[in-house]
Amino acid sequence: MLDDFFTRALLAGIGVAAVAGPLGCFIVWRRMAYFGDTMAHSALLGVAVSLLFSFNLTLGVFAVAALVSVALILLQRRRALSSDSLLGILSHSTLALGLVMVAAMSWVRIDLMGLLFGDILAVSKLDLAVVYGGGVLVLAALIYLWRPLLAGTVSEEVAEAEGLSPRVTQFAFMLLMAAVIAIAMRIVGVLLITSLLIIPAATARRFAATPEQMAVVAAGVGILAAVGGLLGSLNYDTPSGPSIVVAALVIFLISLVPLGNRALKGGQKP
Amino acid sequence: MYKPFGKIADLHERPLTMLDTNRTAAPLVSLSGAGIFRNGRWLVRGVDMTIRPAEIVTLIGPNGSGKSTTARMATGILRPDEGTISRRAALRIGYVPQQLAIDRSLPLTVSRLMRLTGPAPRDNIRASLAAAGVAHLENAQVHDLSGGEFQRVLLARAIAQEPDLLVLDEPVQGVDFNGEVAMYELIGKIRDRVGCGVLLISHDLHVVMAATDTVICLNGHVCCSGSPENVAASEEYRSLFGARAAEAVAFYRHQHDHTHLPDGRVKHADGSITEHCHPEDGHHDHAHEDEARPERASGGGRA
Repeated sequence: MLDDFFTRALLAGIGVAAVAGPLGCFIVWRRMAYFGDTMAHSALLGVAVSLLFSFNLTLGVFAVAALVSVALILLQRRRALSSDSLLGILSHSTLALGLVMVAAMSWVRIDLMGLLFGDILAVSKLDLAVVYGGGVLVLAALIYLWRPLLAGTVSEEVAEAEGLSPRVTQFAFMLLMAAVIAIAMRIVGVLLITSLLIIPAATARRFAATPEQMAVVAAGVGILAAVGGLLGSLNYDTPSGPSIVVAALVIFLISLVPLGNRALKGGQKP
Repeated sequence: MYKPFGKIADLHERPLTMLDTNRTAAPLVSLSGAGIFRNGRWLVRGVDMTIRPAEIVTLIGPNGSGKSTTARMATGILRPDEGTISRRAALRIGYVPQQLAIDRSLPLTVSRLMRLTGPAPRDNIRASLAAAGVAHLENAQVHDLSGGEFQRVLLARAIAQEPDLLVLDEPVQGVDFNGEVAMYELIGKIRDRVGCGVLLISHDLHVVMAATDTVICLNGHVCCSGSPENVAASEEYRSLFGARAAEAVAFYRHQHDHTHLPDGRVKHADGSITEHCHPEDGHHDHAHEDEARPERASGGGRA
């Protein structure tokens, strides 16, 4: 069954979406969308560095994304520049640096479009193992960190005073994000990873009364988008990343259609 | 340590006993000559403070006087740069923040908020909400609460964790005057019933003074400390807050002798009418030494 490239892509997409949904909820709650984008863009630099040193691609992307997030946190503490300026600088300079390095390495043949926008043909059995092995690890860590992470999201002050360690947890969360970016890169592409994190979470908001419900619904929405997008990608020969994002957008737009009061048990005001 | 929390709901039937603090019990937290040095200056220095079970200690002082810094030393967030701090082993702290802005993208029911930092049995949650007078809000979304309801829910959340020490950072922000009095009465009742120590931070002298056992008056150092009456009578306190502030204690010991008129003025027991009941508290910009905390200009809407 796994010999069929499309089955592999489908399974990989489902695996990535199941992890990206719950993690994306925290990105939405903590208003870190641009932060996630910056980390994702640095993935291309990770690819270039891995190729240069003949290093494992997934580990290289993970390491560079994690380093960029640490650099951001340290630079933010200095407060010389505002956060969005810093993010803008790092986001685009890491992307540009990656592009320049990849282009300069004339001895490696590389599918740049596949890296930027994802490529369903590129999913190997090894990739599949990485998606599910890494995905299970990330989800397990997220469940383990759930309470302190959520408490720190609601109020760092309260979490700290009541003996949780919100800063340590936040750092662990950055590592999880770096891991998801490394895992998701093959399917969605560097440029579009953030949307797979954010759109399903934003879609789920309306159907959830608690954070836990929102995480589960976001995973479901993400899986739906991955399956729909990959089917579209196969049918119309479009790159897999944009197809999945378009599918997610369609689901998001459908979710905006007003429903009766019974469907809005979340209790939020319209 | 088990506390009979299930009965917290009948709090209101118990008489208020303000001054029966257990002066001999081992302290929950004890600071001795403690100070915090940041960016080339002492934020606060030479703080001696002891909080025992069932004791209400209030920190008062002007903006930037080191109240929050002192509280952060007591909760263990900050380690003193000089002096010593001793905290009872496995001290459970319940913290009520000044304000809390929860992003609307985060769906959160009141009952889920109650289990934010640790698990709490459903009975505890219900009893705590009932004690704070917001039992009916258990299933509401936090985004739909009014400011006063939300403050009560935050207080209930802190006590649902069965803390040994309750720390409240200006807990009456955004609550109207009557709510303010009720809030301090509630804190006193909770102390009586649960037996937890209470550390209150306030720049609002009046109501607090009547509901506390020990007052510590800060201005970068401890200006004066002791019972509310002694502090109010002291020279240091008068020079820090002005002579009128001293009258506040006597006044608020009999706080129910006035009514608030619809136009915002205050009618007193003797029939006189004034613009405010505590004029010096009318407007104050308020900034903390702790820059990480969201700033908030407040007080203008009160009383």
